[in-house]
Amino acid sequence: MAHSGINVLFEGRNLIRLFGGLLTTVEIAAVALILGLILGIVLGVLRTFPNRLLRFVLRLYLEFFRIIPTVVLLFLFYYILPRQLGVNLPANEVATLVFALWTAAEMSDIVRGALISVPKHQRESGLAIGLSRWQLYRYVLIPQAVSLELPATINLVTRVIKTTSLLMLISVMDVINVGQQVVEANNQKYPTGVFWVYGIIFVMYFAIDYPLSWWAKRMDKKRLERANG
Amino acid sequence: MKKFGFKKLVLFLGIAASLTLVLSACGNNKSSKSSNSASSNPSTVQQIKKRGTIRIAVFGDLPPYGWVNKQGQRVGYDLTLARQIAKDLKVKPKFVQVNANNRVDALNSNKVDLVLANFTVTPERKQVIDFASPYMKVSVGVVSPKNKPITKASELQGKNLIVTKGTTAENYFTSKQPNVKLLKFDSKTQQFNALKNNRGVALADDNSYLYAWVKNQPKFTVGIKSIGLKQYIAPAVKKGNKSLLNWTNKEIKTLNNKGFFEKDYNSQLKPYFGKEVKPEDIIIK
Repeated sequence: MAHSGINVLFEGRNLIRLFGGLLTTVEIAAVALILGLILGIVLGVLRTFPNRLLRFVLRLYLEFFRIIPTVVLLFLFYYILPRQLGVNLPANEVATLVFALWTAAEMSDIVRGALISVPKHQRESGLAIGLSRWQLYRYVLIPQAVSLELPATINLVTRVIKTTSLLMLISVMDVINVGQQVVEANNQKYPTGVFWVYGIIFVMYFAIDYPLSWWAKRMDKKRLERANG
Repeated sequence: MKKFGFKKLVLFLGIAASLTLVLSACGNNKSSKSSNSASSNPSTVQQIKKRGTIRIAVFGDLPPYGWVNKQGQRVGYDLTLARQIAKDLKVKPKFVQVNANNRVDALNSNKVDLVLANFTVTPERKQVIDFASPYMKVSVGVVSPKNKPITKASELQGKNLIVTKGTTAENYFTSKQPNVKLLKFDSKTQQFNALKNNRGVALADDNSYLYAWVKNQPKFTVGIKSIGLKQYIAPAVKKGNKSLLNWTNKEIKTLNNKGFFEKDYNSQLKPYFGKEVKPEDIIIK
């Protein structure tokens, strides 16, 4: 054991490659989250409308994406749908699509929950002063719902970022996949390299996710302070 | 209350129905697969040349066959072959990294044109994809300590032999050599540790792994280089892709005559396997 395992990170371009993998991960997660959160907010608002058919269809969509494990969804969209429909998207786009649809489904439930937990008298007062439905949502319900849904949303965001580690299944060169390449390529020379490679991947995910969850906690505390005086 | 229950029931039925729809769609693809490949095959030699790239599935984590070096370049025995094939087709190679489990799906979903990922020919796989002529052979080998070498299968009778579960080695000794006592482990690391701790008199695995392993273990030797049936590693194409299959067969033959595989062996595998192994043990003449 002449070599210390940590040196595996500094051989050649290993560290740069790991950061490249992280960039892919962050790119996919970011685009999917932006699209998914916007779509999710729209769907969430629609789900509080009285139209039964609309609510039923959206509920179906939510349950579909919530019940089926993400691994299965990725496999379905990458390997099985192309065979059936003849659409053949590159892996990174499939990944973004699946994650966006999944985020939208979960987000729609968060938004719906937040909207219906705005106290009932707020809605009724709004209607009493003659606000239209659009005005009611725009000026009364959505502003109050935002602070209610923030912690849950951040929680969803961190979950999505973590789940990108499944992407190696569909040949996306994310940080986990690159990490595995590095581990296997250096197995002979650095038997303990695996510890350091996964260690740095842990640090990378932590550096992205922890500030988010810290921020969520802070927002929640602020909200409670505001609400309870 | 009653109405509430009804709504839930409808919701449940709806979800069940949509799931069935999806699942049945998955089930269908077996029957439609054959017609699919016949009507629109994006992986014929013509199509590949028109596109200007050939998409090849490779491993990224299996040195010395397909892996990524510290400069971030894909290298290995399979990769050298892949680049040569692209060069002879006069197209650019595009590598798609796969793992052992999704090599078949990558082909059948038209994600790749060709698989060059240490793909062992088995009867089960032959039913879903087409293999071209093999370019490498492996078989079970037995490694033992240099001071007490095992050179014949008869020396193993009634003694402990170390294997990893689910390998060809386990399969061979269970069915063909029932008098050998097997000590089974879950991973490569475990099995090699067991051998070092003298838990058995020898260890059996794919011989190419063993060659690479003994290179760093001067106290051990591959006493039995090959036992049982040989297994072949071959390029694979989507089932029914005659055009690329025939081209690949011809290509392998030409490369063989040119001595390409020996060169490939010397540059990629020899540094891993050491001097004990001759190219003839691995490549096909």
